[in-house]
Order: sequence, then C-alpha cells, then structure tokens
Amino acid sequence: MAEKLDQIFVQAKHELVRWLLCHVPGAWAEVLSALLSIATLLVAFAALFALTTLLERKGLGRIQNRYGPNRVGPFGLLQPVADGIKALTKEDVVPRAADQVVHFIAPLVLVVPVFLALAVLPVGRNMVVVDLDAGLLFFFAVGAATELSVFMAGWSSRNKYSLLGAMRAIAQMISYEVPLILSAVTVVMMAGSLSTVRIVEVQAGFSGWLPHWHVLTPWGLAGFLLFLIAAAAEANRCPFDLPEGESEIIAGYYIEYSGFKFALFFLGEYIGLFAVSGLAITLFLGGWTAPLPFVQWVPSYVWFFLKLLSLIAFFIWVRGTLPRLRMDQLMSFAWKFMLPLSLINLLAAGLWRFLPEGLTRWAFCSLLLAAAYIGLGRSLVQRRNLGRRTYRFAE
Amino acid sequence: MTPPEPSSYLVLALLLVAALLFGLTPLALAWLWARFFSPAKPGPTKHAIYECGLESRGDAWIQFRSGYYLYAILFLIFDVETVFLLPFAVAFGGLSIGGFVAMMVFILLLAEGLVWAWQKGVLAWK
Repeated sequence: MAEKLDQIFVQAKHELVRWLLCHVPGAWAEVLSALLSIATLLVAFAALFALTTLLERKGLGRIQNRYGPNRVGPFGLLQPVADGIKALTKEDVVPRAADQVVHFIAPLVLVVPVFLALAVLPVGRNMVVVDLDAGLLFFFAVGAATELSVFMAGWSSRNKYSLLGAMRAIAQMISYEVPLILSAVTVVMMAGSLSTVRIVEVQAGFSGWLPHWHVLTPWGLAGFLLFLIAAAAEANRCPFDLPEGESEIIAGYYIEYSGFKFALFFLGEYIGLFAVSGLAITLFLGGWTAPLPFVQWVPSYVWFFLKLLSLIAFFIWVRGTLPRLRMDQLMSFAWKFMLPLSLINLLAAGLWRFLPEGLTRWAFCSLLLAAAYIGLGRSLVQRRNLGRRTYRFAE
Repeated sequence: MTPPEPSSYLVLALLLVAALLFGLTPLALAWLWARFFSPAKPGPTKHAIYECGLESRGDAWIQFRSGYYLYAILFLIFDVETVFLLPFAVAFGGLSIGGFVAMMVFILLLAEGLVWAWQKGVLAWK
C-alpha cells in the first residue's frame, strides 16, 4: 500500500502515456513521456510559487504584528490570483531611453534557466524529470545564467539605480557562487558522483535511529550552513538583498519593469529560491528520504516538499528578522570568511574519509572546523571597538 | 510494461521550449489586453527614467569601477579551480592519501593567491 502510494504519480504517468499511445503513433512515446514530466514540473512549482508569495506576506505580516493579506477569498487564499490578474492588466511601460530588445529578453533569461535547474532535482523516488550523469554541474551551469539576466535588466534600463543594483548583484552573486560550489564539492567527494539521484541514494538508510544524511556529519553540517548562506545570497534574499534594496536604490535592477515582466522577475526569483533550496535538500538533507525509520511509509515526495516548505519558512523567518548587510560587510564576509571556511571544509571532508571510523574522526573534524570558524570570525570583527554602549537621554 | 525513457537531450530541449512559452504566454496575453482595453498614451514624463521623481541627469551607461574587475578576476581563479575539483571529487572514493595530499597542495597554491590579495587590500571594499 505504502509502496503504491509512493509510486502513484510514476504509475499515473505510465498509464497516461499508454492511454495516449492508443490515439497517436508509437514514435511519440518519448515525447509524450517527457511532456508529461515537464507539465507536472511547471504546474507544481508555479503553484508552489503562488502559495509562497502568500505565505511570505502572511509570515512577514505576523512577524511585524499585523495580519497580512486577508481580504481576497478565505484567509486571503485567493490573493495570488488577484495579483496575477493585476499583473496581466497593468500597463507595460518601457522607458524611451532603454535598450528595448535586451529589456524585453531579460525576464525570460531569468525564468528559463531556473526551470531548467529544477529538472535535475529528484522530488521523489523515481521522480526526476531528467537524471543526468553530471546533474550537479548542469544545475550550477544553468544557475549561473541568472546573473546574466540581472545584468541585462540593470544595464538595458539605462537607469542609474538599476545599474547600481545590477553591479552590486553581479559582485555579490559571483562572490557567493564560489562557496556555494565548494560546499557542494564535499558531498560529491563522499557520494563519488555528480548525479543528483545517486547523491540521494547514498543518503538513504539508517544507522539506529539516525538517517545517513550528510548534514549529520561535521563537514556536512558546516557545508550545509555555508550552502544555505550562499544560497540566500544567490537568490538575493534578505539579509543579502542589497541589489534590490527598496530603501536605498528603490528596487535595484528591476525599477523600470512593470506589468507582467515585473511578475516574471518575481516568479524567477522565487523559483530560483526553490531550486537552490531543493539542491540543499538533495545534497545535505537526504532529498526525498524519511528522517526516521518508522515514518518511511509516508510517500517520498511528501518528505521532499515538507523539507522544501520548511526551508522556505526559514528564509521567510530570516527575512523578517535580520537587517540588511552593508556592501563592504557583504563582500568581506564572502571572501574572508565563507571562501576560506569552505576550503577548510574540503580538507575536513578528506580527513573524514582517511581517519579511522569512530569518535576520533568526529572530534578531529569538529575541532578543525570550530577552530577555523572562530579564527576566521575573529578576523572579521577584530578591528571593531565593541565596548559598552552608553545612552544619553533627552532631559 | 513501462514506456521507453526519453533521452536527456530531448527532455531538456522540450523543457527549454516549455519554460520559454511559460514566460511568453502571459506576456502575449497582457499585450492583447493592452491592445484592446487600454490604448497606449505615451508621454515624455511617463516614459522617462524613474529616479525618485527628480529629473534624471547624465547617462547611466558609464564606465565601471575597477574594484569590480578585481573581484571578477578572483572569482575566475576559484571558478576554474572548481572545474578541476569536480573530477577530483568524483574520483575521490578510489584515491589514495597521496592523491588527496596532491589536491590539497593544489588548493593551497590557489589559497596563497587569496592570501596575497587579502594582504594587498584588494578584498577591502572601498
């Protein structure tokens, strides 16, 4: 029964292809199968996007002690629909000075790669749109194309704030891409494969109560945290949302966008967040595997989306809590803390394999990473005079 | 009987087209809506660049600060490094400790570049 429920979507797809093949020639089988997977991917993640926009506004509302959207439909559930209709009917204003062609292409250059990146994420057992041998490399390759879109948008608008936002975005994204990839390399070292499906399979199984997730090792925990911080920066999420700081450069690279082009930027950014969170889940949190042995009867895709929603909730929480960084803090954090720490994490992962199993390697790797964390962290704050704060009140 | 698995290239090509349509369809719908229900009324103020309501001065297409360029070079070094690291990481399961040490020496050489840039003050954002 559990097995059947787990594979229900896979079976449904096979049945549907077989039924459709009664009406079209057999040569179409591959195309039909591919199209069904793609349609499911697009619909599922577009729906998740609609849900997330609502959750984000509700969550931020609660954090800021207000209700959030609650007028459209029950509990404001129809708010995304209203937003969609509004975006469709808004006038599309393009500044006369802008580079019209590049201005038009930029949102598409954002939306297409993020959907391509989603294709390699296994959302359940046997549920992946395309299982590439070099899936991880493909993910990073298409993910890097989003930087191009940001710069196209900022440059083509011919607006100084847009350009500032775009330059900040490029500087930030390339700085955080290095720790993002380096922290993922540790997982590749242990799994011995670039295939995302294989990486999840390595993490299936339990020793006692504990799952074999990579996050439950010293190098995995450090890698996961580094990856999560770099992911927030790659997705331009708070506290790394300098490129689109509303209060300083209005909205950064998409000031001059209106109507549905703006909505496409919004969509692309959220889907990008899902993709990179999904990759964090795949690499470190065991993908679709269950966290405890006795809940393995719950279907695999449920676990994947539960983990994804938890990570999204975490990002919303962070956005409602942390203030925005300053540009110099942002860059020195990337180059003087994240990058050296992710290099040391590579060393820790290597030692983890060569040291004998048991408590020694746990202690050794943890100590190495803790020492690096403290040492590098000190170098960031050493020149600051953090003394007791004194207040002067008006008399 | 399960249907044949489509080749990865076919799936990715179809996904590329589907994602493009996913973006273009609503843009086309919005264009149609605007065509029939909201005729364009362009004006110099409306189509001006938005910079906080003040009239824009000077062009935005200017030269870059060289600071960005140095970061880009550093990024290039480490990005190329990861290209070398990925095959090493895939083969890591079968490597001896000697191979691992060799790779660490390679990383150390690049880390030296980072330390040098740090000492030179390249990493300080001004």
